[in-house]
Amino acid sequence: MTAATGTVSERRWLRPAAWRNLLRDYPLIPLAILLLLLIVVIQLTQPGTVNAGWAAVNVRQATVLAILAGCQTLTMLTGGIDLSVAYIASMSGFVTATFVHQPGGWVLGVAVALAAAALAGLVSGIGIGVFRVHPLIMTLGMGLIVFGFSNVWQLQNVQTGSGVPVELRTVGTGMAGDLVPYNLVVFVPIAIMLVLLLRRTGFGRMLYAIGDNPVAARLSGVRSWQVVVVLYVISALLAAVAGLLQSGLSNIASVSLVVPYLLPSVAAAVIGGTSIVGGRGGYSGSILGALILTVLAGFLSIILPEPWRQIVFGSIVVLVAAAYTRVTAQS
Amino acid sequence: MTLTATDLLLEATDVSKTYGAVVALDHASLSVRPGEVHALMGANGAGKSTLVKILTGAVTPDAGRIVVRGRERISHSPADARRNGLVSVYQEPAVIPDLDIRDNLRLTATPLEPFRHWLAELGLERLNLSSLARRLPLASLRIIDLARALAIQPDVLLLDEITAALPANLTERVLQAVQQQGDDRSVIFISHRLIEIAAVCDRATVLRNGQTVGVVDVAAGSEDKIVDLMLGERAATLGQQGGSAASAADRSVQVPRVSARALSDGRRLRDATFDLYAGEVLGVVALEGQGQDELFDLLSGAERPASGALLVDGKAASWRHPADAIRQGMVFIAADRAEALLMQRSVRENISLPSSARVRQWGWINLGREGKKVDQAVATLQIDARAGSEVRRLSGGNQQKVTLARWVASGVKTMLCFDPTRGIDIGTKTQIYVLLRELAAAGAAILLYTSELKEIELACDRVIVIFGGQVVAEMPAAGADEAALLRAAHDLKPGAALPEEVVAATSGVKAAVEEAISETPASPAVRP
Amino acid sequence: MTAPAASIGRPRSGAADTLGTWARNSAWTLGLLGFLVVLLLFTKYVNHNYSLVSLANTATAVVPLGLAAVAQAVVVISGGIDLSISSQMALTSCVAATMMAAYPGDGTALVIVIGVLLLGMVLGAVNGALVVLTRVPDIVVTLATYFVWAGFALLVRAAPGGTAAKWLKDLVIGSLGVDVVPKAAVVLVVIVAVIWIPLSRSRLGLSLYAVGSDRLAAFRSGVAVNRTKFLSYVITGLIAAFAGLSLTASTGIGTPVPEPTYVLISIGAVVLGGVSLAGGTGGVFGPLVAVVVLQLIRDDMTFMQVDSNYGLVAQGFILIGVLMAGSLIQMRRSRA
Repeated sequence: MTAATGTVSERRWLRPAAWRNLLRDYPLIPLAILLLLLIVVIQLTQPGTVNAGWAAVNVRQATVLAILAGCQTLTMLTGGIDLSVAYIASMSGFVTATFVHQPGGWVLGVAVALAAAALAGLVSGIGIGVFRVHPLIMTLGMGLIVFGFSNVWQLQNVQTGSGVPVELRTVGTGMAGDLVPYNLVVFVPIAIMLVLLLRRTGFGRMLYAIGDNPVAARLSGVRSWQVVVVLYVISALLAAVAGLLQSGLSNIASVSLVVPYLLPSVAAAVIGGTSIVGGRGGYSGSILGALILTVLAGFLSIILPEPWRQIVFGSIVVLVAAAYTRVTAQS
Repeated sequence: MTLTATDLLLEATDVSKTYGAVVALDHASLSVRPGEVHALMGANGAGKSTLVKILTGAVTPDAGRIVVRGRERISHSPADARRNGLVSVYQEPAVIPDLDIRDNLRLTATPLEPFRHWLAELGLERLNLSSLARRLPLASLRIIDLARALAIQPDVLLLDEITAALPANLTERVLQAVQQQGDDRSVIFISHRLIEIAAVCDRATVLRNGQTVGVVDVAAGSEDKIVDLMLGERAATLGQQGGSAASAADRSVQVPRVSARALSDGRRLRDATFDLYAGEVLGVVALEGQGQDELFDLLSGAERPASGALLVDGKAASWRHPADAIRQGMVFIAADRAEALLMQRSVRENISLPSSARVRQWGWINLGREGKKVDQAVATLQIDARAGSEVRRLSGGNQQKVTLARWVASGVKTMLCFDPTRGIDIGTKTQIYVLLRELAAAGAAILLYTSELKEIELACDRVIVIFGGQVVAEMPAAGADEAALLRAAHDLKPGAALPEEVVAATSGVKAAVEEAISETPASPAVRP
Repeated sequence: MTAPAASIGRPRSGAADTLGTWARNSAWTLGLLGFLVVLLLFTKYVNHNYSLVSLANTATAVVPLGLAAVAQAVVVISGGIDLSISSQMALTSCVAATMMAAYPGDGTALVIVIGVLLLGMVLGAVNGALVVLTRVPDIVVTLATYFVWAGFALLVRAAPGGTAAKWLKDLVIGSLGVDVVPKAAVVLVVIVAVIWIPLSRSRLGLSLYAVGSDRLAAFRSGVAVNRTKFLSYVITGLIAAFAGLSLTASTGIGTPVPEPTYVLISIGAVVLGGVSLAGGTGGVFGPLVAVVVLQLIRDDMTFMQVDSNYGLVAQGFILIGVLMAGSLIQMRRSRA
């Protein structure tokens, strides 16, 4: 840590450099403050909104976004991004629903969805890791390919009928005692796994290393293509799970269900302190980012129509990305 | 100092520039008289390039005063500097690869006729201006860059190692062009080649560690003085280390840890042949651009050789990735810490980077065990890690120690150190060299390239000298003082020859010109 | 870099040399044209009714996409990228359609067209300013502004509607004299030529290539790098506004929701057209041919009665395949 001199007269803590270091080293603190401020503003402008039930609804709503933000966190750490998550998630919910009346049931559907997602992630990972195609374009293309296949699947399944399985609806929508959403049962293990993955595993270290300095990683013996391929498979699988939850939450199975979550997932990761160019960030910030955006979206949807929501979100992403770039820039 | 400001064409005083924790320039100064050719000298990392970049607007100084023809001005961009009469020709030609030469000239608004005149003066009159810059050899691009600069007749022309990649005859033409500049225009000339300096320069300013340590009138016999200034006083604290674990007699029966036989990368490294034994520190000495970068790239697995053989412990090695080399115990310490370190990550993560690299190491990290290993490495190297959780905030010396600690923590068999002490304070330098000797004594084989020639004697057992992509000399470190090494590095036999004789001895006129122009496979310039 | 492609209006230096240089620079585009010819033959084989008129219709259909590809090409050549082109198109087309419905009249329509073109430049200027000033990667900036512009489009028009002035529609619908020469294609070529030819001959045009090719060398050569990057986005915005106007002209209305595949197809067409994503090489003619090629592939799918979703998938695969191949070539070249 920077050595503290301790003399009151210096008032070091008031200097911008000190704040910058705080923001850089402990991004959770400013985020938590931001969330609190937001809640206060909401309570002040719409008194009576903020209560336990409201909080539970927001948490339930935020889990899907939080998982997708996890996909973006992981990929952004390596300097990449995953724009296929929305289509993969939608595909996953949809495919599972089409299996409801088939032998094997929705469980088989989940298996098929996960396998398809893993395949998509594999192709993306190979394109990015081996062929060095830019992640944005590779995943964008992959997403559209998945979308196309989903449409084809839809056409072939019109007759058999489909519906979101009851089990998914329960997990997605239900709440214990009207306070604790059931989907936390799925989310919390994932969150713990991601946080531990990033902080306590060699693979996590590799993500940071490749994002921070791919040359140094290479010289230390890291074969980055291996890391990248596994990374995008993980991201695709996470997206598939998020799609199942969203399907259960909304009781809709559609090939484009999750698409509105795409930009917010990137925004949540950026707001959460993960740098877009890689090498720094973490998942806990993204969880807070997802919460903030969900609360904000709910608030905005009350006070603002849809177009403004897009405008505000887009502007926030740019502003926060710019702020983080400034703060973390080297002199 | 006795001249008034108006007598000087260019006067830079108290120029300082710091990059984070690294001081590139520390109140450096430079004064150039009209009509003179002024040499700017110093060891690698002394600050020469930074000063040139500041003078020509590529970099903004933190402090300093720059006066050109009596008017004070600091240039904020290369275009600005050009208007102020300062133009520089860098080591990497500022020629746009995807444009042809004519378009490059249009881009910089270079007048065509003067350009053609200088091209002819420099020996490239047959160059087809429609050739794509990317297809031309480096030597041609440098000449083009130079001709472009000469064509606009700048007040001060700065040449940064222009002759380093040129064949001898083009060098001669360049030197002639440099001398033709006229009475009211000057040239600042950076070169490692003392012979060239002696041939064309009037005065020389010497930089060391970012400071101006002397200004010398270049005359016969002043080479030693310049060399002295560049190297500085012997640091008593380094002490005498010397001695090697294996004597020369042992070596004849020992299988070398690493053997290179006619190793070549197809470009600057032509034919490297040498042996490296366990338990010794083998020094490598070379001027810039003689192929040593490429040699280390090949040895560390970062590049593949075009031809030649590489043997490790007697067995042939062919690597496609640094991971393969690391698996055989070859680890690489880079000069540029930005290349080797994860700047935003912690000391701990940097040190344990290699231990998570392979797939089977991607699992759970035992933090306790890792912590112990890291602490041990930190203690061994006496790293001062108080500066925080980002390696970026450490000083240059400590950063380099982190790079070393990374491999010390994993165990060292063969260590390739490329200028590890560049830009580092003397105290840390000492610690690093002590560590290298200890590693060697414990059985490691160490290849050490350094531009700090005085340290060769103190840290190494043997020395090889590389010039023109080949190993041209080998000598025991004891007795290899800086002067002898500098001579060998310039490929001089004792008793330096004059420029004309060196030029005539190394290549013929036609051959050199042909070589420069005809390396293009599809270039129309080949046809007369 | 991928092989250099055609560029209209490069300086000449002697007839024989010129031809040789042009042939070398245009190798990629000539190859692409060859592929187009093969594809046309295949199309004729699959659908006997396919005639030059059908080709003309195809060309008309791809005018907006072609302009989008040209807009993307300009910014990619200078080393950047613009993901917000499709929503810039939506916004400009909605503004045009709405204004023309609110203020009918041929004269006012002309004023509206000019105003919309200026709007496009403003949108581009915002993109460029953000990229240059915030130092945030251009991908992120334009990904965000994609949604901002789309939001504004929704503000202007909540649903598709509005009108287009008659003369505007007449510009792009129908043919010029003979059935084979569609007005739309002519307008497209004229717009692109009027903007690109003087640009590519100028210092700014050279600066675009320079900054895309080697930013550091450009800086050291005295090029104003930031200003060049900023202007590249402004020019892209202008061409995107033309694309939006062409949308309004050909459909007669403004649609606020951007076509989701436009972004990828514009990038894919740019790469297929011989422009390297790293910048510095290529021209605008190649991407135009590429757009026609892509559309033709889609049409062929329809003729072969393959489901249109498979067409989407096929396009996606081909684009990604081209990108991978392009990357492979780039890696081989940089190793050489």
